[in-house]
Amino acid sequence: MTPPGFAAAQALAARHRFKWWEVLPWVAAIAAFFLFPTYLSFGTQVLITILFALSLDLVMGYAGIVTLGHAAFFGAGAYTVGILALHFGWNEPLSGLVAAAVVAGAIGFVSGVVLLRTQGLALLMVTLCTMALLEESANMGAAYTGGFDGMPGLEFAPIFGVFQFDPLFFRAQYLYALAVLLVCFVLVRALVYSPFGESLTGIRENVLRMHAVGAPVQRRLVVAYTISAALAGVAGAVFTQTTAFVNLSVLGLDRAAGVLIVLILGGYGRLYGAFVGAVAYMVLEHTLAKAYPTAWQLGIGIVLIVVALYARNGILGIAETLRGRLRMRRAS
Amino acid sequence: MAEALQLRKVSAGYGETVVLEGIELVLAAGESVSVIGRNGVGKSTLLATVMGHTTLHHGEVMLNGESLARVPIHGRARRGLGYVPQEREIFPSLSVRENLELGARPGEWTATKVFELFPNLRERRQHAGNHLSGGEQQMLAIARALMTNPKVLLMDEPTEGLAPVIVDALTDVLLRLRNQGGLSIVLIEQNSRVALAFSERAIVLDKGRIVYDGSSARLRDDPEYLASLVAAE
Repeated sequence: MTPPGFAAAQALAARHRFKWWEVLPWVAAIAAFFLFPTYLSFGTQVLITILFALSLDLVMGYAGIVTLGHAAFFGAGAYTVGILALHFGWNEPLSGLVAAAVVAGAIGFVSGVVLLRTQGLALLMVTLCTMALLEESANMGAAYTGGFDGMPGLEFAPIFGVFQFDPLFFRAQYLYALAVLLVCFVLVRALVYSPFGESLTGIRENVLRMHAVGAPVQRRLVVAYTISAALAGVAGAVFTQTTAFVNLSVLGLDRAAGVLIVLILGGYGRLYGAFVGAVAYMVLEHTLAKAYPTAWQLGIGIVLIVVALYARNGILGIAETLRGRLRMRRAS
Repeated sequence: MAEALQLRKVSAGYGETVVLEGIELVLAAGESVSVIGRNGVGKSTLLATVMGHTTLHHGEVMLNGESLARVPIHGRARRGLGYVPQEREIFPSLSVRENLELGARPGEWTATKVFELFPNLRERRQHAGNHLSGGEQQMLAIARALMTNPKVLLMDEPTEGLAPVIVDALTDVLLRLRNQGGLSIVLIEQNSRVALAFSERAIVLDKGRIVYDGSSARLRDDPEYLASLVAAE
């Protein structure tokens, strides 16, 4: 006889293993490259947003750190490659990504050591303040950052010395963003299914209990925050490299709130929530902005209210609920 | 015998509120003790104080002769305090196996040995924490604490809310655990039948103070005396 809940147990045990459908987002991304050649600029922005949302998912979805200032790290990475390219002639893209990850990670580490001592509303406030401080620093440091005008017309060397970023057709940019996303996703996937990732889930679900089993909670949160910051920095760097410009918008509240909405819409703590949320949000935004240029945010707002009221676990949550009901119906 | 756990004139509580006063307790290595008392007399606070969850107003908590005054909660666990909380507090989305792995440290207690003690958990090792029954969750909470390879195990009302048949099964496991030796155990229990059967030594708490520290047999043999201690106003 099959023990009760056996299917659920099998699903739980199998969640670490690679599943066939996990290849679908990547196939879809490659298909989009061929099917929508005139939308590759938009597609590149979607891929960057996915990577940014993935970095946020690591801290918010898995470690339970609610932050409103994640754009601080996106901006740090974006400005790092911009400043290196403009002032130091360091325009090689891949090493630029490493530099962006190191700078954003370092900021994440230092701020995490201080900020993660707080929780709840206080944490929200201090993450927001950190981002505002960085934004104002970028505004005031005009000699390096271009201040309010930013740094337009940045030039980056071809990838591997061969594939040149094309400002008109975005083919190289799209594939570059896709490759970076794939590498970062593999890293995040391995991380969340590792014992370290399990301990982050434990911290999110019951921090006191994690203390009581001897887990150094603070240290693990700081490590997760640092890795997440580095990934957000990479997303920011890809943004600067593919658009050839950077300005204060990379450090703004709009960007921080936008990525939070993407994750809530897609479903946080699920890895693929970032993918679904970014595509849904950006396609919706794009379509609504085209149809109602002056009132598109109203449409986004209504969708978010509906999601918040009826689909608290986001679009993926709806899919999981439907799948669960289907299973129960089959079992009965 | 060496002292595994010692509380010296401990007064503790939550913030400004004092719940425990002048607690003196010495637990030898390998010794077990049951703590009984009415609701709200400070039994759970006693364990919470040892783990560092409360405000220590006065006194000292020592583990294997070392003061825990400046040791954070996770450091206490690493030094050998295993804690089974009253609410079990299983990590709901992690599997049984993952719940066990989270706090695992090298030592005598491995997953294999834990599964020998709790065969049910072996069968359910792939199930999520929130798919377990109350009894299984309690077993998992004890097993998780054992996986940290503690020197002193603190258990807060492990039989609370369980069906009588599960209480009997769990009591059997607790006795086997006690008889294995080597592990010092503090068992908080409202069920005096379970508590007095578990250990030779019993402590009765009332209004945050120890009002009895002695033989369990005496309380077992003299229910009126036990009732007078437990029901003291």
